[in-house]
Amino acid sequence: MTAIDTAREATHASRMLRFARRNPALAGMPALLVAAMLFTLLIHPSFGSFELQSLALAALPLALAACAQAVVVISGGIDLSVGSMMSVANVLAGSLMSHGSTTAALGWSAAILVAGAAQGLMNGLLVKISRIPDVVVTLTTGFILGGVALLIMERPGGGAPAGFLDLAAGSWISEWLPNAAVFLAVVVCAIWIPVVRSRLGLLIYATGSDRVAAFRSGVDTDFARLMAYVISGLFSACGGIALTMTTGIGAPLSGTIYTLSGLAAIVIGGVSLSGGKGGMTGPVIAAILLSLIPADLIFLNIDPNYGQVIQGTLIVIVVMAGGFAVSWQGRK
Amino acid sequence: MSLANPRASGAPVGMVLAYLRRNTIVALLLLLAAFTAGIEVVRPGTVTPLWVSNTLLFAAPLGIFAAGQTLVMLTGGIDLSVATVASGSAYLLATNASLGTPAAILIGLALGILVGLANGVGIALMRVQPLVMTLGTGLMTGGIMIVYSQKMLASQPRVPSFIQTIGATKLAGLLPYDLFVWVPIATIMVYMLRRSGFGRLIYAVGDNRAACELAGVRVWPVLLTAYALCGFLAALAGLILVGGTNASNLSLADSFLLPSVAAVIIGGTSIFGGRGGYSGSMVGAVILTVLTSLLTLLDVSEPIKQILYGLIILAMAAAYARLTE
Amino acid sequence: MVNNEAVLSVRDIAKNFGSVRALSSAHLEIRAGEVHAVMGANGAGKSTLVKILTGVFAADGGTVTLNGKSRTFRSPAEARAAGIVSVYQDPALVPDLTVAQNMRLARVQFTEVRHWLGELGVRQLHDGDMIRELPYATLRLLDLARALASNPVILLLDEITAALPADLAAQVFKIMRTWRESGKSVIFISHRMAEVSSLCDRATVLRDGRTVGVVEMTSGADEQIVSLMLGTEIAAHAKSAGGPLGDLSSVGDRKVALAVTDLHYGHALCGVSFTLRRGEVLGVSALEGQGQQELFDCIAGVRRYASGTIRVNEAPLRPRHPADAIRAGVVLIPANRVEALLPQRSIAENVALAGFGKLSSWGPIAMASERERVATAVQRLRIDTRAESEVKRLSGGNQQKVVIARWLASGFGTLLCFDPTRGIDIGTKRQIYALVRELAAAGNAVLLFTSEMPEIALTCDRVIVLYAGKVVRGMPATEADEASLLRAAHGLAAGGGGQPAQ
Repeated sequence: MTAIDTAREATHASRMLRFARRNPALAGMPALLVAAMLFTLLIHPSFGSFELQSLALAALPLALAACAQAVVVISGGIDLSVGSMMSVANVLAGSLMSHGSTTAALGWSAAILVAGAAQGLMNGLLVKISRIPDVVVTLTTGFILGGVALLIMERPGGGAPAGFLDLAAGSWISEWLPNAAVFLAVVVCAIWIPVVRSRLGLLIYATGSDRVAAFRSGVDTDFARLMAYVISGLFSACGGIALTMTTGIGAPLSGTIYTLSGLAAIVIGGVSLSGGKGGMTGPVIAAILLSLIPADLIFLNIDPNYGQVIQGTLIVIVVMAGGFAVSWQGRK
Repeated sequence: MSLANPRASGAPVGMVLAYLRRNTIVALLLLLAAFTAGIEVVRPGTVTPLWVSNTLLFAAPLGIFAAGQTLVMLTGGIDLSVATVASGSAYLLATNASLGTPAAILIGLALGILVGLANGVGIALMRVQPLVMTLGTGLMTGGIMIVYSQKMLASQPRVPSFIQTIGATKLAGLLPYDLFVWVPIATIMVYMLRRSGFGRLIYAVGDNRAACELAGVRVWPVLLTAYALCGFLAALAGLILVGGTNASNLSLADSFLLPSVAAVIIGGTSIFGGRGGYSGSMVGAVILTVLTSLLTLLDVSEPIKQILYGLIILAMAAAYARLTE
Repeated sequence: MVNNEAVLSVRDIAKNFGSVRALSSAHLEIRAGEVHAVMGANGAGKSTLVKILTGVFAADGGTVTLNGKSRTFRSPAEARAAGIVSVYQDPALVPDLTVAQNMRLARVQFTEVRHWLGELGVRQLHDGDMIRELPYATLRLLDLARALASNPVILLLDEITAALPADLAAQVFKIMRTWRESGKSVIFISHRMAEVSSLCDRATVLRDGRTVGVVEMTSGADEQIVSLMLGTEIAAHAKSAGGPLGDLSSVGDRKVALAVTDLHYGHALCGVSFTLRRGEVLGVSALEGQGQQELFDCIAGVRRYASGTIRVNEAPLRPRHPADAIRAGVVLIPANRVEALLPQRSIAENVALAGFGKLSSWGPIAMASERERVATAVQRLRIDTRAESEVKRLSGGNQQKVVIARWLASGFGTLLCFDPTRGIDIGTKRQIYALVRELAAAGNAVLLFTSEMPEIALTCDRVIVLYAGKVVRGMPATEADEASLLRAAHGLAAGGGGQPAQ
């Protein structure tokens, strides 16, 4: 009686095609990056390992901010406090690590990560208990955390041991493989892969895709959203520590721009703002792309202040194209 | 849970809460009174007619920000570009003062309308999410202003005296001139939302866009107008702000983004749209201004003020959400 | 089959939402091996009771005893774990995950699910398929199969056959009977009396938040249930309000209100043609997915048809937006009231909405005349205005009336009703059908699609049957018995009687 086809092995090509059809933005990202890199090489043929290193350093905090935002957005929410959390982690690192050894700095890092997770937990609990929409909650906690950062460190300063800074600023393996790139890969994989392979990952995607259906299927959607905020806090803390590593100091306003830039990166990187779709790869690639822009502007002898204009315009174009595509499909 | 079920508890507390739920503006006014009393307690003698007049002077720009934000939030959206638009408009005014005050004002306001229209096109016609669209245009505007300011380094930005009069001074020493801008706007807003077809549509579109289309109402003109108005009002608020501070820099209005949203939320408008109004936002704007005064009087550092401000906003928003659930 | 021990015993359940008393004392007793119906008008408390049983809310009072143990369920996960699984109208499947992932969510083995999918007649389903890409009917059955695969003690079906084609509904009933044979219990919620009579052993009737009776499903149980649901006098009134058919002989003389010729739309409509005259109620009957939704949407301007012609009162109509159709006097009442209403706004604002289509209406509102128009429409439809501050608080039937009131207030010539009585209680259903007949008698033209074939004959003058995007049969309502309709709906030739499609 069971005349149902069992899950046959779809051919590799048809599976890839299906993936590309379902995630158009994501499928195009690597190609876009390659194109951007080629363009950069074209306008600046002397692009060498030094430039690569600078690019990696610039992209690292942004990529981590993007990951932080991506987790929450996939779960169906939004987090406008990412930047402030990064600032807090940055000034905590800058002040705690300024007179110590690399080992001590590593120890402090662990503590800061816990603090980040705690900040995320606070966001999640507030969203759940206060019944206030997450936009408003995180806008406000971002503001509060901005004050906390200023409280910890009024002015840029502090520092960290050279050995610790080198974790991201150096290039131990090869001059063509900056530590920052390795650091990014390790952090993202260490945090995200266990989540996405586990039941928690399934719950997060389900909750973001359709909260009611997930709830009726027996999913604890409150828990999923809470954990998404905790993971986001973890990523933000990493981002703040990365800021310390890349700038060498702690600064209370260092993270502010990353809230919106991170959001830009996930939008460009194919994470749907309505939740349930996307991953970390797209945002990370988008972060690299966005970091290329100021560099390219300098190479082209264009005023680097145009960078923000371009970033804003990119967001607008990408989302308008996305919106246009959706409404065009709906018309069929 | 007695909060949600007043009849079951029967206690007077329950009845008071039920009354407040139906007339939330009373709850807001009580909160305002509480904060004002708090100021009097912390530093007796502060609350005088002059203090009230100063409070209204400072509340007016926020009130005007909140007007635009109320309009778009009622449609279920949000405008994160209001701060950069306001700063940009103020900057444009100051750098074009040499063209004469009326022309400079028009240029400033034009920026607001332009950005508002851009937002409207994206949101109404391309179905982009308001958060992201206004985020993008805010970044674009901010970036363009930075580039523009580089080119303007040589010139001397100057705030026209007319603007300074509106933004900083009072009639007969007691009635702030910026109220002559805020009160008409407030009147128009309240009337428009309650008694005009456009106002009805703002609520309808925010409540259920698809139902409007099915009923034969085209939604995009409503959204386009709402965002254009919001941009215009943000620019207006920026002009008044710069009149008050007499220093135009590009981060003039940065600290107004959160309060503009908070005033509307506390005032009872749902961020999901379809419910609320401007009278609550007005009181919300005054409450936040008084709160800032209160925090200034406390002998604490700036960072702590910032933290307290945020915490109190959270508390107010949460209390409001509980009251009206 | 049915033994007398109670598997589930619910007593004195109470639930309040703010000042609204949804349930005051609901009782329910389910035995092993029985299919038990829960019936009641909209607003009687059925869905609240269901949500309490499935852990969506907690009750404010009363007890739930499952297999002898007193239980409270704080979440659907807990209810599932205890063995109560429910299947709602909207499939509880997450759109951006695959079939396999959705099974994992509910902690169910796909092999079991595949077995039940086979029993329900679903083929060609791969576990890597994305839910978003699957057809609606398949999703409903997948949802049911998943529920069955978790082997629940009590299976709760909430309006399972709404918007399900008759053949698939029959499969569902077959499975229900098998399930019952194995000693399991089913709680069956439906507004379709015919189904309840044929499938269920007993029925509990709720009214105004209380259980007012438990009826054994023997002959005559139907009317007993209806009286209990409505309260006896209303039952008598509702019965007589089921409209008599219009005078057929004069229909042919009346002017043509809507003429559709060779309408094409994608794969869904392959040349639909029919005429609708003033004063006529034309019924459309079809199984799920035969193009009826697309047909109504194209006429109403929700979708743009590819080719063919639509003429309204002799003038051609090619609507790009509902506003175009509305200007021609063609208005749509959708099946899903949620689509057409503003939930947080008042009845008045909802009814007056259609008057704001033009830019010229953006100015000051003439409040007095609006109030009058709204009041007239509300009165005519006998809308219960107790919860008038927010339309979302009204019962489904009243909500549907608000949608109709909107068009009464702004005027129309041709009314398109798409499954207007879906999920509405029997009393209001009859009111709506009576209203449809009244509107036709007043000179309007009505095109009516309903998924309930027995009801077609009650309301319509003529019926056309849609199959595979074409009109395959047309017949006067007197010949539209369920057998003929079903035969035509499956694309089979007439077994005798009925005329070919015109």
